[in-house]
Parts: sequence; C-alpha cells; structure tokens
Amino acid sequence: MKRVVVLDYGSGNVRSVVRMLERVGAEVTLTGDASAALAADGLYVPGVGNFHACVGALVDSGGAAVVRSRVEAGRPVLGVCVGFQSFFEDSTEEGGGRPGLGLWTGQVSRLRAPVVPHMGWSPVTVAAGSTLFRGVEDERFYFVHSFAPHSFDAPALVSTAEHGERFVAAVEDGALAGTQFHPEKSGDAGAHLLTNWLETL
Amino acid sequence: MTVAVRVIPCLDVDAGRVVKGVNFDNLRDAGDPVELATTYDEQGADELTFLDVTASFAGRDTTYDVVGQTAEQVFIPLTVGGGVRSVQDVDRLLRAGADKVGINTGAIHRPEVIGEIRERFGAQVLVLSADVRRDGRGGFEVTTHGGRKSAGLEAIGWCARAAELGAGEILLNSMDADGTAEGFDLELIEAVRREVDIPIVASGGAGRVEDFVAAVEAGADAVLAATVFHFGQLTIAQVKDALRAAGYPVR
Repeated sequence: MKRVVVLDYGSGNVRSVVRMLERVGAEVTLTGDASAALAADGLYVPGVGNFHACVGALVDSGGAAVVRSRVEAGRPVLGVCVGFQSFFEDSTEEGGGRPGLGLWTGQVSRLRAPVVPHMGWSPVTVAAGSTLFRGVEDERFYFVHSFAPHSFDAPALVSTAEHGERFVAAVEDGALAGTQFHPEKSGDAGAHLLTNWLETL
Repeated sequence: MTVAVRVIPCLDVDAGRVVKGVNFDNLRDAGDPVELATTYDEQGADELTFLDVTASFAGRDTTYDVVGQTAEQVFIPLTVGGGVRSVQDVDRLLRAGADKVGINTGAIHRPEVIGEIRERFGAQVLVLSADVRRDGRGGFEVTTHGGRKSAGLEAIGWCARAAELGAGEILLNSMDADGTAEGFDLELIEAVRREVDIPIVASGGAGRVEDFVAAVEAGADAVLAATVFHFGQLTIAQVKDALRAAGYPVR
C-alpha cells in the first residue's frame, strides 16, 4: 500500500482529501511533521484561500523545505489549487510579500473572464503522454479559483483549461506535479486521476 | 462558456434529518441526508447544498456530524448554510467537511463579516444567500425569516455590495417563486447578472426542465432545486438533457 502524507499546515478543508486518497487505496497520514512528510511515498500539498497567506504558512511551518528536499531527491509531490500555485514564482493576488517557492518559473495572475471565480466542472486539454490523466482525458474536473498560472516555459507535460482565457490546469514535471482543479472533489474522474498518481509512487 | 452549468439539489436539514418531504422509492431512509446525498451524487448532481434549518444549538451539532459523514462518502462539492454569523462558524463548517459556506442573515446584520471571512479563507468559500422578493414598486428587496420580513435592503444593490465585500458566489432565492413550480424569477436573475460578475446560483420556482434553461439564459451559472428532485418529478439527468439540447455545456 502506498503511503501518502497530506501536508497539514493549517490550510483549508483537508478532510475530503484524506478520505478520497483512502478511497483510492492509499495509506494516508495528515500531518505537518517533516520527517513523516519526507519519508512518505507521496506528498500531497493542499491549499485554499489567499496565495500569500498560504505560501507564508507553508514556509513558516517548514513545509516548503520538505517540498524542496523531496523534489531535489526526485520523490513525488502533488500540489493542488493554491498548493499547486505555490510552486510558481509569485502571484499578483493582493496581500503580496510572500513569493512562491519558485520551483517553476512564471507568475500566477487573475483570470480575465466575464464571471470570476471560475467555479465548476471544466474539461482539460490534456498534454500528450500525460500519466495523471490516462483514462480520464475526456472528463471534466472541479475548479474553484480566481487566479491561475497562464504559461509554462520549461519542458514538462502541461495540460490546460479555459475560462475566459486559457490557463495552466495541470503540470507533470518529473516528481513534481500539480493541478489547479480539485481531484478530491471531482468525483470518479478525480478518483481515477489520484489512482494514476499513486501508481507513479 | 466551457464551464458546465451546475445542477444542484438542495436539502433542508433539521437536527441531522432531511425535512421537506423526500419521495424516492429506492431509499431506505428518506430522512437520512447522507443516503440522499449519495443518491444525488450517483444521479449526476454537480454539487450539493445543505440548508441547516435547525433552531437549537444541540441540533446544530448533529448537523455538523451529518456534514462530516457526507463529506466522507460524497466526492463532489458541498455547500452548507444556515445560522452562519462569524469567521468561527465558517471555520467549524469547513473543518466538518463543507467546501463552501452560505451566509444570509448574518451578513445582513453585519456586512463586514463577509470581508473577515474572505480574508481568512478566500472568497471562493463564501456564498451570499439572498432571499429576495418583489417590493411592489417594480424593484426587489431582501427578506429575512423565510421571506416574511423585509430586511429594509434593496436586493440588487445588496448583491453587488456583497460581491464587492468578498462573496465568491450568490445563491439567489426568489421568495415569490419559491414553491410555485412556475419557473424562476427571470427578471431578478437578469437584474443581478447586470450588476455582479461572480457566479449566480438561481433558486426558487423550478417546475419543468424548460425553467432551468430559462434561468441560465437569464444569466445563472448554476441552478438549484429541492422539491422537483425530492419528489422525483424531474431527475438531474432530465434537467441536464434539456440544458444540453439548448446548447449549454453540462457534465
């Protein structure tokens, strides 16, 4: 059984994340403990709310250092929503001052669309060769966000979605991956995607 | 528009039990919110809304338990409203397993609470729930006490202000249309759509599949109903078929 730590650094509703990962067969621990987070087969980094508040909590809790160590060692990390955004350099969201982890280049910025937040189920244009989306290429996933990364410059598998304009919906960059949408709230499609992730661990 | 129109069943929950009749043949216990939520999930609901109508504090604890049990079994977004007044109330519901929290009277009494909740959790968790009726002078007003009392607030302006203060979505409930099954109040939806750029969930008055299509044409991003689903008069799939046939994306 794959051991997954859901990083607990005081951000959001993590109960459904834990339950969903259990549903797809992981042995899940919700903790902020660095040694447990380093030792796990996979690390899931959740995150909701304000980017800078989230990154602040991630850095101050020691979670960011754990993420860096794992990435350097090639050990899998999956970031979701603001957890995903935190891997980029910075965000234009208000309340600035806490830049992102900079594991990926690029900025997170506000969606330009008639209705924001982007709230609901959208299709994803899946990168060719994606592992995460294998078998769920044509499904919709649940998004709830007002900001997103809009470009990705490095070689990686980059899947996109559209809300007013195209944005980055998921990145698979070796051991480091992330989704702007919430797989844990995306019903069977989300369960399938997380199963795919577990298989990479 | 590529994001799907969301079809949302609403359950009124009193001390952990679903009230407002539910009439499905295949349910063991129609009063069990968890079983009903699971059924709607299987039928293709895009989200679920629980409205906690519990009067007592003790009963409210039971509702938190129900939210938790639902979130452990149903992997679609769950909005919970009813009795929310403070950041602490929101925190408690999110910890219980809610993804979004609806605020109504609490925001009317103290609009600043919207900003406080946004600051702490982000706008995406906060749904402004507005119970609106026609004011008899060609406009709309906000009501409290299930539509019986005027809150002394012009409704369209209130929705716009709440959006500015930090609500992430508006649950727009027409108290005139509620329970009539004669269709949503389309003028109300259009009027709010002109003033706000956050998502609008239309509620109140759904009777036929055409009603849902009309609400989306009027500017709703999501449609919510209780009775027509609970009594099996319409299925979620029928509503989605009608929306799809009208050219709207559905899941």
